[in-house]
Amino acid sequence: MNAESGASIISAHDLAVGYGERMLWDNASFSIKKGEFVGVLGPNGAGKTTLFRLLLGLAQPRSGELEVFGKKPQRGNEKIGYVPQRHAFDQELAIETLEIVRLGACAGAWGFDLPKEADRERENAMKALKDVGAEHLAHRPLGQLSGGEQQRVFLAQALSGNPELLLLDEPLANLDIRRESELVQLIQSVVRSRGVTALLIAHNINPLLPVLDRVMYIANGRIATGTPEEVLTSETLSKLYDTQVEVLRDSRGRIAIVGAEEGHLHHE
Amino acid sequence: MILEDASPSSAPKKAIYTMSSTVFSWNIVSDIAAMWQYDFMQHAFEAGTIVAIVAGIIGYFVVVRRSSFAAHALSHAGFTGAAGAVLLGISPIFGLFAFTSIGAILIGVLGRKAASRDVQIGVVLAFLLGVGVLFISLYQGYATEAYSLLFGEILGISMSDVWTTLIAGVLVLIVFAVMYRPLLFTSLDEDIAEGKGVPVFGIGLAFMLLIAAATSIAVQVVGVLLIFALMVTPAASAARLARRPIDGMLISVGIALFATWVSLFISFYLPYPVSFFITAITFVIYGSVRLATR
Repeated sequence: MNAESGASIISAHDLAVGYGERMLWDNASFSIKKGEFVGVLGPNGAGKTTLFRLLLGLAQPRSGELEVFGKKPQRGNEKIGYVPQRHAFDQELAIETLEIVRLGACAGAWGFDLPKEADRERENAMKALKDVGAEHLAHRPLGQLSGGEQQRVFLAQALSGNPELLLLDEPLANLDIRRESELVQLIQSVVRSRGVTALLIAHNINPLLPVLDRVMYIANGRIATGTPEEVLTSETLSKLYDTQVEVLRDSRGRIAIVGAEEGHLHHE
Repeated sequence: MILEDASPSSAPKKAIYTMSSTVFSWNIVSDIAAMWQYDFMQHAFEAGTIVAIVAGIIGYFVVVRRSSFAAHALSHAGFTGAAGAVLLGISPIFGLFAFTSIGAILIGVLGRKAASRDVQIGVVLAFLLGVGVLFISLYQGYATEAYSLLFGEILGISMSDVWTTLIAGVLVLIVFAVMYRPLLFTSLDEDIAEGKGVPVFGIGLAFMLLIAAATSIAVQVVGVLLIFALMVTPAASAARLARRPIDGMLISVGIALFATWVSLFISFYLPYPVSFFITAITFVIYGSVRLATR
């Protein structure tokens, strides 16, 4: 889209990342421009979530340079909205969804919130829920919502801080096909209407293919970045995996990647 | 084992239960007035009220964070501390504070994430209780002290205990109020809070210390073994009812206060321990809430 003209929001130069003895990926150089919708793909344990943790300032690179908004990543960056990989929310808790969304805007605040402040935050949270079409969930306990509904709520929470960069870790996991495409549509419209840059980690590329500007494919200790047409080819992925990988397309443009996962262990 | 060892020193303490020559009259107002004439009942109400408020509030977060096993373990650490204090001839409350705090720091440092702490907590719990067993064996004639630590002895509370409880309670609530919002955020969603730059590790550790202090004063009322009755059961009911955290804390405190006051009143007229009534009342409330919120 406007990928060519926009300024660089994220830029990495010769980045290397690992935990302890183990190197996750290195030699990574890439840049993400303002307003781009980027799909982050790759096998389990390849270091996709670690990329997010680097951007959030929660993990440090082994070497190389990484800049977000022209600066080294710092903890508590208000320009970043983050939706982590989900785990079940406590069903015993009756706390309503609106209160959870409200938290998104109060990071960094200490002490108790005064009633006036709380009311204003609740209004903002309600607006954020409306933006994702989830205002009807506001007064229901979060633990009783379905997976798709919870993802909407967490998207609203991330948006309530008016971020310029959205990091979404596997928002499509455990959704059926209909919910999946609904959520992709929603994320797409939010990203476009707000001009937000978004990185989305996914396992299955297909529901995202129509909406992505770019793909970051992390595998085998390396990262390949480019448009979906550039990255999702037999040639690029074979190079990345160091083995013969084939990208097959069906009549409706859906992709199947063959040969990639077998040769590589799924670390978790 | 400890409980069977009936030492002669238990006689004066036991007498407290039957000390009231006053007979229940069905005139509640005069019954309360009669009860209020006794200093030990006043102290019990004062300390019980402070403990119910603190335990109700801290307990709500214990439940939201799913840290109830930590609260359980810390109260047991308190048992060891109190046993050590008695051995040294100082007031048990200081031993309680010292050992629950040590336990809190150990648990906080060993277990990175609040939700996955049970193994680390179990390890710390076993070690500290083992030390407690050693202290008991070193101290002869320990039966009464041990009994009141395990099951609470609110009717034996002195005025200076009330003051210690008040000061500790107020300090806990001040620290709690300062860290309220980051604590709420990390309790409801640690991952997002961390992403937002909230110091989840520091908050977790600080909250462990708050549980430690709250447990230390609550042990006086319900004892080590029954700590759940005030720290967890009222809050568990509240968690199922409250749409907003603030309501959760109020409901939790309300239940804890109701249970404590009613239990003190009943046990003044009936020769059964206060802690039994507290556990029974909070349990019945929890059961009713579960039925109502299925």
